[in-house]
Amino acid sequence: MAEVALRNVVKKYDDVVAVSSINLDIPNNEFLVLVGPSGCGKSTTLRMIAGLEEITAGEIVIGGEVVNDLPPKDRDIAMVFQNYALYPHMTVAENMSFGLKLRKFAKDEIKARVDNAAKILDITELLTRRPKQLSGGQRQRVAMGRAIVRNPKVFLFDEPLSNLDAKLRVQMRTEIKRVHQKVKTTTIYVTHDQVEAMTLADRIVVMNGGKIEQIGSPNDLYHHPKTRFVAGFIGSPAMNLIPAKLETNGSSLKVRLSDNLSFPVPENRAARYRGAIGKDVLLGLRPEHITETRGANGASGNSHEFPATLDVVEPMGMETMVFFKVDGVEVCGRVEPTAAKGSGETMLLRANLDHMHLIDPNTNRVL
Amino acid sequence: MADTLHSWNPTVATTAARPASKLLKFLRRRSAIAFVMCLPLMTVIGGLVIYPAFYSIYLSMLNKSQTRFIGLSNFTYLLSRDVFWMVVEQSAIFALTAVFFKALIGLVTAHLINNLPVKGQRKWRGMLLVPWVIPLALSTLGWWWMFDPTHSALNWIINLFGGDEIAWLSNPYWARFSVILVNVWYGAPFFLIMYLAALKSVPEQLYEAAAIDGASAWQKFVHITLPMMRNIIAITILFSLIVTFANFDIVQIMTAGGPRNMTHVFATYSFLTGIRSGDLPLGSAVSLFMLPILAVSAIFILRGVRKRGREIG
Repeated sequence: MAEVALRNVVKKYDDVVAVSSINLDIPNNEFLVLVGPSGCGKSTTLRMIAGLEEITAGEIVIGGEVVNDLPPKDRDIAMVFQNYALYPHMTVAENMSFGLKLRKFAKDEIKARVDNAAKILDITELLTRRPKQLSGGQRQRVAMGRAIVRNPKVFLFDEPLSNLDAKLRVQMRTEIKRVHQKVKTTTIYVTHDQVEAMTLADRIVVMNGGKIEQIGSPNDLYHHPKTRFVAGFIGSPAMNLIPAKLETNGSSLKVRLSDNLSFPVPENRAARYRGAIGKDVLLGLRPEHITETRGANGASGNSHEFPATLDVVEPMGMETMVFFKVDGVEVCGRVEPTAAKGSGETMLLRANLDHMHLIDPNTNRVL
Repeated sequence: MADTLHSWNPTVATTAARPASKLLKFLRRRSAIAFVMCLPLMTVIGGLVIYPAFYSIYLSMLNKSQTRFIGLSNFTYLLSRDVFWMVVEQSAIFALTAVFFKALIGLVTAHLINNLPVKGQRKWRGMLLVPWVIPLALSTLGWWWMFDPTHSALNWIINLFGGDEIAWLSNPYWARFSVILVNVWYGAPFFLIMYLAALKSVPEQLYEAAAIDGASAWQKFVHITLPMMRNIIAITILFSLIVTFANFDIVQIMTAGGPRNMTHVFATYSFLTGIRSGDLPLGSAVSLFMLPILAVSAIFILRGVRKRGREIG
């Protein structure tokens, strides 16, 4: 158990900057998730913490010690790889005890630790098998077991669930969370799946193009994104980003989406947006804030009703996604299945502007 | 009537078509197609390998003039001869030593090349493969010239450093050393290329996992590389043992089995007795002695390969 800190960490491959000047403080026992699209530098960052990649500049501190020049084995970390990286010629027990044997632990101690980890992960009956004889989920457990037995300062997970099928992925996600609650070790977890990030993390670091876009709790990122990228990346289906113009409406403000559609801006936000009057902006509104007009769903002083001709209707069971166009831009709403109209029909929808965001398209920052 | 005609016509059609369609159906099966496509190769192997093999068994049971069947007399005669036992011993020494060093050198150079930057790898790989590519008879002649006791490159270098000239091919022990050296020089690139391919097939993440588990470079080699390469090592050693055991050209060109028969191996001794001395049945008997030795080692090695293959997958 230890805190981890990254100070101005840079990674360059020749002239290509993979990670540019990252600063990160991870307190003891925190479950931190690095999330971002492919090539955003999240895996490189994790591998630098592990010591599998040299850092070009900056400092990595684990448990108060600068580990820049320490090889992976001396950093007291354990890592779970995307394809598990189990040793195919060793049994499950041998796989789990390999690190302990190399560190010359006593046999009794090794056995006790392996048995304990196997119990935590419910793989006791698999100990004598070889990786080839295991299913994907079982291999994943063994890979986690190999990390747990070491009792390291930090757990590193590199997209550990991406090789599993959808159902198993959800199961293992819960499993990982359960194990973290039991074992309580600082954990850094890399994924490109924002749902995984939201469900697992104490804090999420959203990365893009080698830089950190935003750090915050899952709720914080969801409700208060700071950039256009975070607004669009976190949440599924993604937030609607509709080109608009901010105009005055007497003493208050309104966002004009098209010639015949504009929404009044809630009073409590007017002061914040005043600087952008007359400018082009992007209106950010999540699908769940565009709903049917029936019932009390989203009804408040700041909700606004408007008609929309539905393009596509996607029933999901507990809800129905409706897609329509505003000035050529596709917008998604989330309505009660019984309230949804068919495609091609016009439906009255309600936008809840209490949850609106305005984004400056030039700086891509949320206003 | 119309009904009768109706039912009669198709019957004729099916009985006529049955043999032809059965053959077509058989030919359309994947295994049948594979068999037909392999047939030319099987004919060549049958004519050039299987027939001569059985013929040599038949030959080994005839008398010298091939007029009389004498059973196993040629074999019992060989077993009673000291020279034959010397050939057995020399073949074993020759094959085991040469294969050991070929494998060792192949493994070490494969590692060295694998650790080079990718750009440099191709160049070195190409250069190190040269011995294997040159026709063996030619390169052996080159070595024979270098081993010449009076005007050769090797002795010239030894002289340069103040050493005494070595009678490379006329001193029995140096002659054994020389033929093994040339065999190793010729055969090591095969091991190099096989081991290099095997090394490249070991997933990089296993080494990364081992590095995190705390393994040193040597421990990675012992616990990851070697176990992952065990099958390919076993197969290359078996293959090389067979080829080296049956080696003919290097020994024949360099020493022709001399001096005092001390470099003879099965193939050269078989040639000496069968062709040079004109006793074909005895020559066949000599060469047939290789069979049980190689068969036993093949069974053991392949059994291990199958077992590990099942475990690792």
